[in-house]
Order: sequence, then structure tokens, then C-alpha cells
Amino acid sequence: MSNHTITNAEQVGLANPELANVEVSGITRSSFMLRGAIAAGAVYGLGAVTPFVSQALAETGGGDVEILNFALTLEYLESDFYNVKGKEVGLKGTAKSYAKMFGEQEADHVEALITTIKALGGKPVAKPTFVLPATSQSSFLALASVLENTGVSAYNGAAPSIKSKEVLAAAGSIVQIEARHAQRGVRRAADQGAGADCGEAADQGLAGRNGGAVDDPCAAPPRSSR
Amino acid sequence: MSSPTSEDSAPQPAGIVERLMRDDVDRKRFLKMAGGAGAASFGAFVLAACGSSSTKTASTAAAPAATTSSASSATGDIAILNYALTLEYLEREFYAKVVASGLFSGKVGSLIKGFGSQEATHVEALKGAVSKMGGTPAANPNGKFPITSATQVAGLAYTVENLGASAYLGQAGNIQSPEVLATALAIHSVEARHAATLGTLVKKSLTPDGAFAKPADMSMVLAAVKPFLA
Repeated sequence: MSNHTITNAEQVGLANPELANVEVSGITRSSFMLRGAIAAGAVYGLGAVTPFVSQALAETGGGDVEILNFALTLEYLESDFYNVKGKEVGLKGTAKSYAKMFGEQEADHVEALITTIKALGGKPVAKPTFVLPATSQSSFLALASVLENTGVSAYNGAAPSIKSKEVLAAAGSIVQIEARHAQRGVRRAADQGAGADCGEAADQGLAGRNGGAVDDPCAAPPRSSR
Repeated sequence: MSSPTSEDSAPQPAGIVERLMRDDVDRKRFLKMAGGAGAASFGAFVLAACGSSSTKTASTAAAPAATTSSASSATGDIAILNYALTLEYLEREFYAKVVASGLFSGKVGSLIKGFGSQEATHVEALKGAVSKMGGTPAANPNGKFPITSATQVAGLAYTVENLGASAYLGQAGNIQSPEVLATALAIHSVEARHAATLGTLVKKSLTPDGAFAKPADMSMVLAAVKPFLA
């Protein structure tokens, strides 16, 4: 796995260096795809995650179960991030309470996806192991923001390939929560608690890290200048 | 606190394409991190990213075939897009009136202004999508909104954005065209972001429905917005 991580020197100029050393184990297609999505986000920016995921699915001809297993892998990562890493880092204050709530919601997403995959007659993918490079509250919060935004972009890239109306509705009800997490993430909560510049938070609030009025760069019309 | 800088410099779509084409260092880093999947998907990924600017041409060319085979699904998608457009017109007008009211200044003021300009972008995107499908964009309705105090307006904005997010979610399964779906989903998550931001502002839940967002169907949403139609 460590052959996938890149050196400090190689991190210079990355769009999202926080993602550079996130590791996802496993040789399932879902794990491969998640590594690709994270790499696209790290190197080219979160706007690249949506086209990467939609293309990767188009190539593998992924059916609904495969898409759900990809989503499950992503939710496993997010769930571990809040529920395992969050505890390990020892979050404080608002960040702690948000991380708890978000962690419970990610765990609910995991359960719902497993149930849906089984209902479709599929086999839920095994949980990979993750390396999540966060050692302090601030690095945790920085990573939280990019991970949630990666999640939104990944779902938005995968959803148009979903065949079943019911599965699409389920994925939609999850991605909306990811977008809410991404927007008012634990990072923002902590920033506000610390009296950080809300102007900056507000500016991020306009667009999220994808930076536009729509979350899919491929569909994005030119931004109106402000 | 170094990440805001990287946020500001996050590449825009055009930038991604350029970097994909030119930057060998980035390509190597991407392939190293992504491993096998990245290598396998990279060619198609480049094509997808590069193709995004010419999507319009490609899909226009493909449109006639699609329309003849599924005229009814196109009609359905156009109706959904026009429904979304109507909601976005109202949101745009709402924010414009809020901005004009001068109730908000400073950081929250610029936040509200920004939301308004994103709703305006959504209006344009949806009009474009309707026209591309061969439909006629819905007319801009006249709205009327109670605007009395900053607290009341922020509360209303929170309600409106949550309604918008649930309206998009309610239509996701009804949309036939993957391209229209991608557009709707891209707007959907931004409505959710607005709702979450406003939730913090008015000290209400970021996730009022819990771990799973609830959809709203068209009749429910239209009933909810009726009081705002002049």
C-alpha cells in the first residue's frame, strides 16, 4: 500500500495535499476505484473526482450493485474517519460533537447500503482498511473537509449510472447528507469556535471546495463574477 | 490553516483539462497514487475531462435519435427541468429582494448575496438544459416574500433551501436522461450546502431529516411555494 503514497517533495503543488497519504487497502474494484477517486482529488482537485468516477464506472460497465459497493467502500472510509480516527485524535468542543453526529450518520449509511446490496441479491464488499493521516484536531478537520467533498463528487459522478429508481433515490438521500456535512463540517464548526475569520468560511460556504454553483464541474456553466 | 489557500487555487474545470494534457508530473503522481485503476481509467478520464467543453455539441448531435426513440421521457425530463427552473426563479428573486432589503451586511450579507448569485446560475443552467432538450423554458413567475427581519428572513431561507433540496431529491428517480440527472444532482448538493450553512446561521439542524434526506414530491413542493407566488 505504501507504494501508493507519495513523498513530501512530490506533494508540492498538489490540489489537495491532505488526500495524498490517505490509503485504502483491498483489491476489490470498489477499492481500486476509491483510490483513483482520491488520487484524482489530490492531484487535480475535487472537481476531477466526478468525471473520474463516472468514467471508471462507464468502463467497468458497473451495475447497481457495483455502484452501491463503491458507495459502501466510501462510507466505510468516512465512518472509520469519524468513529475511529476522530476518537484517536481526541477532538474537543464543537468539533467533537459534530464528529460524533456525522460518524453516527456515516455508520447509518453503511448499514443502509449493506441492506440495499443484499436486497438486490448482491454481496456487500468487505471492509478495507484505511490509513487516514490525521494526528491533531486541525489536521483532522482539514481532512474531514476534503473527504466529505470527495464523497459528494464521487456520488454525483456515480449516480447517473444507476439503473434502479429506488437505488438512485437511496443514493440521493445519502449524498444530500454528505453535502451538508461537507458544507458545515466539523472544520467550520471549530473555526467558528476559535473565532476564525467567518468571511473566509462564508466564502467557502458559497461554493464548497468544488468552487461553483453546481457540484459537477462537467456540467458547470461559467461562474458569474461577483 | 494552509488549506484555504489550496481551496482558492483549486483548479477550475478548464484548468483540470489543461493539467491533464500538459503536466507530466501530475500524471505520474496521479498514476502512482491511484494504482491499477488509475492506469486503466486514465485514458478515458482524460477524454471525459477534455470532452466536457464540447459536451453540448456531442449531445445535440445525439439528441434527434434519442427524441424519436423516447419522446415521452424527454417530455418528462423537460417538465422536471421546468419545475426546477420555477423553483430557482423564486429562489433567485427571494435572495434579490433580501439583498435589496439591506437587512444583512458584512459577512452574512455577502453570504446571502453569494447564494443569490448561485441561484441565478442555476436558473441559467436549467434554462440551457430545457432548450437543449428541445423544450421551452418556463416563464419567470412573480414572487412575493415576507421580509421583515434578519432572523425571520434567515429562517425562511433555511426552509426554502431545505425544500429545494428535497424537491430535487424527489425528482431524481423520475429523470430519464443521465445528463439531465447529472445536472440536477449537481444543483441538488449545492442546495443542501446552502441549507446546511443557513442551518448553522439560524441554529437549526444541519441535517433535519437525520442520516437520510427525505424527498418531496411535486404536489407537496408546489403547495409549499404557493404562498410565495404573487
